[in-house]
Amino acid sequence: MNTSMLFLVGLLLIATAFIVGRNRSISVSSSAGGVRNLNSLPSYYGALTALWCGIPSLFVLALWVIFDDYFIRQSIIQMLPTEQQQLAANDLGLLLNTIGNIAASGTNGLSSEPYILQAAARMNELNSLSQQAITGIFIVLAVAFTFVAWLQIKPKLRARTQVESAFKGALLLCASIAIFTTAGIVLSVLFESLKFFQSVPITEFLFGLEWSPQMAIRADQVGGSGAFGSIPLFAGTMLISAIAMLIAVPAGLMAAIYLSEYAAPKVRMAVKPMLEVLAGIPTVVYGFFAALTVAPFVRDTGGIIGLDVSSESALAAGLVMGVMIIPFVSSLSDDVINAVPQSLRDGSFGLGATKSETIKQVVIPAALPGIVGGVLLAVSRAIGETMIVVMAAGLAANLTANPLESVTTVTVQIVTLLVGDQEFNSPKTLSAFALGLMLFLITLVLNYVALHVVKKYREQYE
Amino acid sequence: MSKDTVKHDKKKPSTMDLVNKNLAKRYRAEKRFRAYGIAAILFGLSCLVLLFTDIIGKGHTAFLQTYVYLEVEFDAETLEIDDVTDANQVASADYSGVIRTALRTQFEDAKGRRDRRSLYALVSNGSGFTLRQKLEDDPQLLNQSFGVWLLADDDVDTYYKSRNDDGSGAFTGRLSEKQIGWVETLIANEHMEKRFNTTFFTSGDSREPEQAGILGAIMGSLFTLLVTIILSFPIGIAAAVYLEEYAPKNKFTDFIEVNINNLAAVPSIIFGLLGLSIFIGFFEMHRSLPLVGGLVLTLMTLPTIIISSRAAIKSVPPSIRDAALGLGASKMQVVLHHVLPLAMPGMLTGAIIGFAQALGETAPLLMIGMVAFIVDIPGGVSDPATALPVQIFLWSDSPERAFVERTSAAIMVLLAFLISMNTLAIWLRKRLERRW
Repeated sequence: MNTSMLFLVGLLLIATAFIVGRNRSISVSSSAGGVRNLNSLPSYYGALTALWCGIPSLFVLALWVIFDDYFIRQSIIQMLPTEQQQLAANDLGLLLNTIGNIAASGTNGLSSEPYILQAAARMNELNSLSQQAITGIFIVLAVAFTFVAWLQIKPKLRARTQVESAFKGALLLCASIAIFTTAGIVLSVLFESLKFFQSVPITEFLFGLEWSPQMAIRADQVGGSGAFGSIPLFAGTMLISAIAMLIAVPAGLMAAIYLSEYAAPKVRMAVKPMLEVLAGIPTVVYGFFAALTVAPFVRDTGGIIGLDVSSESALAAGLVMGVMIIPFVSSLSDDVINAVPQSLRDGSFGLGATKSETIKQVVIPAALPGIVGGVLLAVSRAIGETMIVVMAAGLAANLTANPLESVTTVTVQIVTLLVGDQEFNSPKTLSAFALGLMLFLITLVLNYVALHVVKKYREQYE
Repeated sequence: MSKDTVKHDKKKPSTMDLVNKNLAKRYRAEKRFRAYGIAAILFGLSCLVLLFTDIIGKGHTAFLQTYVYLEVEFDAETLEIDDVTDANQVASADYSGVIRTALRTQFEDAKGRRDRRSLYALVSNGSGFTLRQKLEDDPQLLNQSFGVWLLADDDVDTYYKSRNDDGSGAFTGRLSEKQIGWVETLIANEHMEKRFNTTFFTSGDSREPEQAGILGAIMGSLFTLLVTIILSFPIGIAAAVYLEEYAPKNKFTDFIEVNINNLAAVPSIIFGLLGLSIFIGFFEMHRSLPLVGGLVLTLMTLPTIIISSRAAIKSVPPSIRDAALGLGASKMQVVLHHVLPLAMPGMLTGAIIGFAQALGETAPLLMIGMVAFIVDIPGGVSDPATALPVQIFLWSDSPERAFVERTSAAIMVLLAFLISMNTLAIWLRKRLERRW
């Protein structure tokens, strides 16, 4: 039986275990004077039995699925001729893949070396052996543990407490996934980055002014010395984000102010969701819009007034990114402005201030920490935005502050370095992870500060 | 005394005068400020309108496809078939030869290899399959002549679509003078027409724009989304229940919360890096699988779902819990029988919005190799696939003009999915949510 079949069988067994456990509890209760003498409801006994049936067997199944490939590969390697065993890890992997392909779908002219065919036959044998073994083990475990639980069922057994603590444990596990994810991100980028910093000094990466991640495949190759200075990338990222924020902050903030302070409730009800549509549009759509409509428009307009504008100008990417972020800024500022107590406004009106004076001199200063927090979150978003810049910004790393020129960003470089075929351990590939680490750290700090500021601000008025 | 005051007033104006003097200016400032607000909103809305009109303007033509009418003859000799019952022969017969002959007989002025090759280029090079299908369906057609509508090449398609009725304003692109002449003849004979583009909705990716479709990408997206939904919805709800109902106030709970809030704002591409090094690098899963894409998108959408589910659970009044506990329900029964059903509409709304985000997400899928050129339509979570947004990205890079309209059309399809998901979410909220 294959794994998915086995999983279905497992579900069936669990269901059976539930019924068995429930019936058992009812039957033991009859000798003790009826169901009301049970510690818990019969279904709790059923659930407990089901847990006993499912957890150990599914756990073993999961382990088996993860590790059986590894053991089969090891034993195949053992039976290869010695010279093949000495191959470099890459070539050995390739050879094993060939064997795997032959084992799965026949030779198809891939190879006729006798030892490969032999290994493929052995692999098939091992695979089917492994399948049979896990099928047996799985079913035996499930049935055995169901029996153990069955034996334990007595009217005094506190089934509910046990089931509830298992339930709580499962919930805790789900909640901890957030921690595992963060740890996974940190470990994966950190690990690869450390490998990268072994071949490229960290000082060069942080302070170098040149980025051209080409590494020589052979030592005598022309132009083979790669340069891994990340300053131009971060400068480009900052330039595009700055343009985006120049659009998004005034527009978003003014829109939020108008909607929360001036607009009639009906207008607000109609306009707010429409603005939020902008936030729901996928970034790849913005990228398409930027690359095919805005960038040519910017270039042509520049041409008319006599400016030399690149067709992948930072300005076009920044403009579109700004439009994307408007609803983000506006909904965050909206929340913050609405949290300012009405009494502050009333006080200001009472002193004779006009509405705009009240907003400018009372509401905004009062809401400033929250607005700053929102803007920081928006900046972190702009820095991490990928598709717009991949499609509309350039690839060449220019260190410039001119928005009409083409610049590249951190995310663009990560995408170009990692899309397509790449060797896993060349500095070129690893540099993408180092960039990812930097990106993660920067956004982490921005997010942390922003969330902290917003939280502090909320507490102030609560 | 009053004289004095008047005198004094003339020297130094009263507060009221000061106020009045500035009043007009202040009202102007007030109006200006208001105008800024309206301008900001109009700017945002006009960007939205511009974006939609641009996409629809570019993409609406892709829903029609140009077909060319040809008189073809299933000549057994050209086809190299001597036994029509032999499936092998029928499958490998030379159908493009039939089309070539038909084109040659219709346009006898095409002499020489170059001319002829450009003549053959009028019809899509996938038309042979249409003919094969015809012969397989009806073997009687062998050695018979009949008229058939075939897919036009993408250049012809673009030309015909951009052409005004009087023949002006057409985008010629790569078509030569001669080819344009032939096309005009076909149009004059009414041998060319636009039909609804079914290919676009029923086939996978192709290098030829006229044969390219989005079904493969849609299926890939659906499988990816399916994995995401199956994993992230239960896990997200469980995490939210733990944090709202069970979690003690301690450092560990705070740590979980900080992590969730941070993850919600981590750039999506970072999740792609995580998927690349953990799922593909460490667990050695294959690239381009909807399964891996779904796992990555699960991790990405979880924080959103957890946050919105927590808000939904919070909105269930404590009195419900107290009443259930008072009647002797256990904690688990309170959660499963009362809190979750009452919070479900809110949680569903938040989750659907999260799934809509996941559906539109591109960057992490690029990292795990869902950008490959895949013609086959995936049949499960472990078949290589691309996703709809990734397909849009891939097509937008293609130089052919015909791909621009198809990209826009794919965007329209994607937006239609997203809009219907969001509408569903809003409808659910309106219909099911209770105000306490």
